[in-house]
Amino acid sequence: MKSLRRIQAIVYKELIQLKRDKMTFGMVIMIPLVQLLLFGYAINTNIRDIPVGLLDNSQTALSRVLKQTVAATGIVDFTHHYTSLPQAQAAIDRAEVRAVFIIPKDVSQRLVRHPVVGFGLPPSSDQENSRPIAQWLVDGSDTVIAGTIKSLRNMPLAELLDKPANRNTATFEVTLLYNPEQRSVVNIVPGLVAVILTMTMIMFTSAAIVREQERGNMEMLITTPLASIELMLGKIFPYIFIGAIQVVIILGLGHLFFNVPINGGLSQLTLATFLFICASLVLGLVISTIATSQLQSMQMTVFILLPSILLSGFMFPYEGMPEVAQYIAEAMPATHFIRLIRGVVLRDVEVVDMTFDMIWLITFTIIGLFIAAVRFKKTLD
Amino acid sequence: MSELAIDAKELTRDFGDVTAVSSLDLRVEKQTIYGFLGPNGSGKTTAIRLFTGLLKPSAGSIKVLGLTLPRDANKLRLQIGYMTQKFSYYDDLTVKENLQFTARVYGLTPNEQKRRIDELISIYQLQKLSPQLSGSMSGGQKQRLALACSVLHKPKMLFLDEPTSAVDPENRREFWEQLFDLCDQGITILVSTHYMDEAERCHKLAILENGVKRADGSPNELMNNMSAHVVEIASNNLRNVKQQLLAVPKIVSVAQLGSHLRVLVQKELDDPITYLRKQNLIPNQDKMLIVRPSLEDVFVTCTGKNKLFEDKK
Repeated sequence: MKSLRRIQAIVYKELIQLKRDKMTFGMVIMIPLVQLLLFGYAINTNIRDIPVGLLDNSQTALSRVLKQTVAATGIVDFTHHYTSLPQAQAAIDRAEVRAVFIIPKDVSQRLVRHPVVGFGLPPSSDQENSRPIAQWLVDGSDTVIAGTIKSLRNMPLAELLDKPANRNTATFEVTLLYNPEQRSVVNIVPGLVAVILTMTMIMFTSAAIVREQERGNMEMLITTPLASIELMLGKIFPYIFIGAIQVVIILGLGHLFFNVPINGGLSQLTLATFLFICASLVLGLVISTIATSQLQSMQMTVFILLPSILLSGFMFPYEGMPEVAQYIAEAMPATHFIRLIRGVVLRDVEVVDMTFDMIWLITFTIIGLFIAAVRFKKTLD
Repeated sequence: MSELAIDAKELTRDFGDVTAVSSLDLRVEKQTIYGFLGPNGSGKTTAIRLFTGLLKPSAGSIKVLGLTLPRDANKLRLQIGYMTQKFSYYDDLTVKENLQFTARVYGLTPNEQKRRIDELISIYQLQKLSPQLSGSMSGGQKQRLALACSVLHKPKMLFLDEPTSAVDPENRREFWEQLFDLCDQGITILVSTHYMDEAERCHKLAILENGVKRADGSPNELMNNMSAHVVEIASNNLRNVKQQLLAVPKIVSVAQLGSHLRVLVQKELDDPITYLRKQNLIPNQDKMLIVRPSLEDVFVTCTGKNKLFEDKK
């Protein structure tokens, strides 16, 4: 009973301090709001309108139609025209354009011999008879852009020749579940919950203990009967609610603005976020017992935050990472939460079905709380 | 009265190579105000932290209120109040919220909380300040709040670390009145200070320097047993005379107080005035008087390079 009252003392104190700290209180709302809108609109892996140049050596009606057909895909946007190859290369060097479309002089001959035209089928190994119609010169440093332009390699030319569309039978049929329209935002918004929670939750608690030390309150706190585990729990409780508010903002607005489906049940969503909020807060507390100043605690927060964004599967698929990076990713709560929240929000799975991720978050919280409580000593030694 | 609140023997605390408190023997009787007098860095704060269980001793034994430290540090916490040198309650909480926080931390029931807080607010005249943020208050007001918070759980013993360093003289007087009230209610108080006038108010005091206890006893005992005579000289050429007197062998210290020189002469001389006259430094028309020693004189004779006895090692 007394123990509860002591935890309550810390909780009330934290809430009052948070209420008085207008800046922090504002950030609780503004961080998820701004970041959601920013990332929701900004992050898009379906690339369109890449600025490219044209080097038309043919200057025929055909070359102009070819250019228009390529432009009609919407993937590229012909912003510049060049007259020579060195000029085109220089333009790529100075990043004026990302790629140059080079139409050779003999484009009409090449087209005629191209299998798509259908004047008999020349042996495909015969370089002389079957050559590509035109060439793309691409700045390959950005793999995403390069990949997008590479996807033009087998662009159907049926339209160009006024023929019926591609009649080729696909080798495989691919059925896209959960995000059939392939909108990146559907994947990003649930991931954003993890990134924003990691950032705000760790930040709040990583400063929690250090701040008491820096402001000179610690000497008073340790002379009271307050136990370290009580202090830790008291520090965590208020922020669980803050985290819940942020989740509501992100998923609510994500649903409203970006039409992100929320397929899972509310109870599953609450359970998953609760587990992750606790794990993040505890991680912050551990940082707070290590850091000796608020600046240090901020630095450590950033140190944790970056891998949480880059390795957790938020930006790049976990499966694409080398094994070592996967181990690091597995250690971070954000990785497990991103799996859980995407599962719940997009695929309507039950948290208990994703046992490994759930157990990892619970274990992380308990061990972290223990470490923080042990590390925090009630003497000045 | 004879029961001891603090009984420390050979108490030592090192921080690396530095010894902050060295072989300190201390006996504080219950229901008294005991003073620690010493310059900054003399080990007062470290000693208090040892007695409150915040630091573990490197050597020696401590018993506070019959509890052995550091073993019983947690039990002791409920029975002592500690007011730190720097205001250690929350600047961004109001006076009332700070009191409520403290009451909850000490596990008072809501009814007890209300009663005790009302009581303290009236004792320490915090009524008008109650809705004010603690950070915006003056030194004296913060002091009253800190004292109210540290006695909220009715401790048997109170430790005050330089409580009046940021308080004006009028508030200091009042503050000491409150301390005597507390003492009257049966609380033992240990207070550190570097003000002589405050030290003089204590029932007993210890003079600390470099972690070593140089002297202890009641202010009167200390003054009566002082190992030097105090001679006051009224002269016209004070600065000059002072410089010359400092070179005289049996003179412990010379200090100027307005138009007088206060000269401490070793006690072994029976007639210090004749001794001083013999030095032929002071014009004959100048008056000399043996006066009652002050606590400052005691402090000067037993600290610094003037001290009249060796460090015990």
